[in-house]
Amino acid sequence: MAKAGDKSGSRGKKSLKRKATAEEPQEAAAAEDGAPESGVQLPKAAAFPPGFSISEIKNKQRRHLMFTRWKQQQRKEKLAIKKKLKKEREALGDKAPPKPIPKTIDNQRVYDETVVDPNDEEVAYDEATDEFASYFNRQTSPKILITTSDRPHGRTVRLCEQLSTVIPNSHVYYRRGLALKKIIPQCISRDFTDLIVINEDRKTPNGLILSHLPNGPTAHFKMSSVRLRKEIKRRGKDPTEHIPEIILNNFTTRLGHSVGRMFASLFPHNPQFIGRQVATFHNQRDYIFFRFHRYIFKSEKKVGIQELGPRFTLKLRSLQKGTFDSKYGEYEWVHKPREMDTSRRKFHL
Amino acid sequence: MAAAGARWNHVWVGTETGILKGVNLQRKQAANFTAAEQPRREEAVSALCWGAGGETQILVGCADRTVRYFSTEEGRFQGQKHCPGGEGTFRGLAQVDGTLITCVESGIIHVWHNNDKEASFDPLLELSVGPGVCRMRQDPAHPHMVATGGKENALKVWDLQGSEEPVFRAKNVRNDWLDLRVPIWDQDIQFLPGSQKLVTCTGYHQIRVYDPASPQRRPVLEATYGEYPLTAMTLTPGANSVIVGNTHGQLAEIDLRQGRLLGCLKGLAGSVRGLQCHPSKPLLASCGLDRVLRVHRIRNPRGLEHKDEPQEPQEAKKALPEDTETDELWASLEAAAKRKLPDLEPTQGALQTRRRKKKRPGSTSP
Repeated sequence: MAKAGDKSGSRGKKSLKRKATAEEPQEAAAAEDGAPESGVQLPKAAAFPPGFSISEIKNKQRRHLMFTRWKQQQRKEKLAIKKKLKKEREALGDKAPPKPIPKTIDNQRVYDETVVDPNDEEVAYDEATDEFASYFNRQTSPKILITTSDRPHGRTVRLCEQLSTVIPNSHVYYRRGLALKKIIPQCISRDFTDLIVINEDRKTPNGLILSHLPNGPTAHFKMSSVRLRKEIKRRGKDPTEHIPEIILNNFTTRLGHSVGRMFASLFPHNPQFIGRQVATFHNQRDYIFFRFHRYIFKSEKKVGIQELGPRFTLKLRSLQKGTFDSKYGEYEWVHKPREMDTSRRKFHL
Repeated sequence: MAAAGARWNHVWVGTETGILKGVNLQRKQAANFTAAEQPRREEAVSALCWGAGGETQILVGCADRTVRYFSTEEGRFQGQKHCPGGEGTFRGLAQVDGTLITCVESGIIHVWHNNDKEASFDPLLELSVGPGVCRMRQDPAHPHMVATGGKENALKVWDLQGSEEPVFRAKNVRNDWLDLRVPIWDQDIQFLPGSQKLVTCTGYHQIRVYDPASPQRRPVLEATYGEYPLTAMTLTPGANSVIVGNTHGQLAEIDLRQGRLLGCLKGLAGSVRGLQCHPSKPLLASCGLDRVLRVHRIRNPRGLEHKDEPQEPQEAKKALPEDTETDELWASLEAAAKRKLPDLEPTQGALQTRRRKKKRPGSTSP
């Protein structure tokens, strides 16, 4: 019954356009109640039984047809609603209500209790006395050692070289298969303040371990989307030796504060504004984007920027107290996907 | 700092900046208590234990080798005692019969006169246990017996009133399948009530039960959990199982009769530093390096009950008071505005103590 009903309905709606097949006029003759004649111009309302959905039509072509027709109708209705709203808005003029803000995942973020209040004294005290305090008090200046996992390939080596031009006072060393736990005491004795290890997998860099020495926290990141200098379009000339400024965006939670301070302590505390270079660590939805630009102020409000330097994206996997010791070290924060990634609107950094 | 009314805090937590926090679970508030006005890193809390006289006093062991006395009735620090001798921070604090027992990392156990003042400098008793101690625990049934254990320092049970030799000295397990010596790293010790047995959890993710009453000095039961060092342990009410936590924030309940894993608790993101079960109710308080205090429900059903974020690196120990029977009273006093914990009320049926209502000043962190 439904089939006959809907066939007649479809004929009823599109009787002018459809290529009439041989059976159609015969079925019209044997049509049930409510079925229109094939020659009627006005489309009659389709007599579908209630609770019918397009997906129940077994014939693929007809089903597709019904669906496209339904979609066109939806689109028309949507456009009509928009036009109506626009007209109402114009009619009201100044008294129109403000435009509603579209919902994005960033502005739907669940309330995070660990977001640091700028007036919080406990956190202020904690930060004033943690492992980075000596850097922020200008007592130590950074000296970085950059290395890779064993036997790196070309991309990783070039990334290390470019990173060392971006980070002042940094040295690249070839990792001759040495254990990190043996490298770290040697670094400490030579007054290095930070150790960066770029991990490589299948000829591309994919991980970053940032360890603050002598006994500071170790952060382990996943690195993705690495672009070397020659792969960046419309880039400027190579960076100079000037000390860059740093921008840390959106590190709001307590964990974010710790990570942000780790990044800040990589660069000397006295940026040289003559160089007009800036390194940006922008955190959005737990991904940290690193960019290196040169800027120039064309007027008071207009800036031109040129991207130099490598660009990559980081995601924090774990923050460990103490220097690198993944087996026996104590972790301050570990990313657990099955527990922490259950909500699309919850972020940790 | 609250002047009075600190007694309604259910959980006490010590932090790395030297602040002692009392958390009231009913009102979901935390109150900070410091000895000096400013927090100081040198006063980082490394050990906590209840003082004499029920649960009215807390002994706080700090990183600068002083033990501070905190009164829960008055809500302030009353005095302190400097405990020199040996090196390293406190690894165990206990008190018995008006004396104070301290153990430091280099393995020196001292018994001091507990008179609240700096007067007496000489310890009553000094005992050397061996270097690298990670924990000293007092037997609640026999207060003069203590157990110590640490890294490459086997489990030993000492009788402080007896001789200088340990009452029980554990032996290491046999060499493993490669004929290599199994290393020792006892991180936490608990005495099982009702018998002489002890449970330890090690940094090599093992949980071992020892029985001094048996002629066997090796562990009676051994179970493993996970692949990371276990840092904290607590007994569940009923004493058939223990809950352990490791450096990745994984909590697990292990049955001691069979050595089987009963279940895990989730939520922690950082290394577990302190675990404490309520003596009678199936509640567990856990704190760790991720700066959050969590209260879990151990059974029916297993889950997180309450989370508190004091924003400070939290360490060691909490002391869980027994007087949570007053929840019934508080529940009736609380306005409907505060979120009620629905599970606490049905478990309260039995005890309806009518205590004198004490007007609480609103205690929030300063």
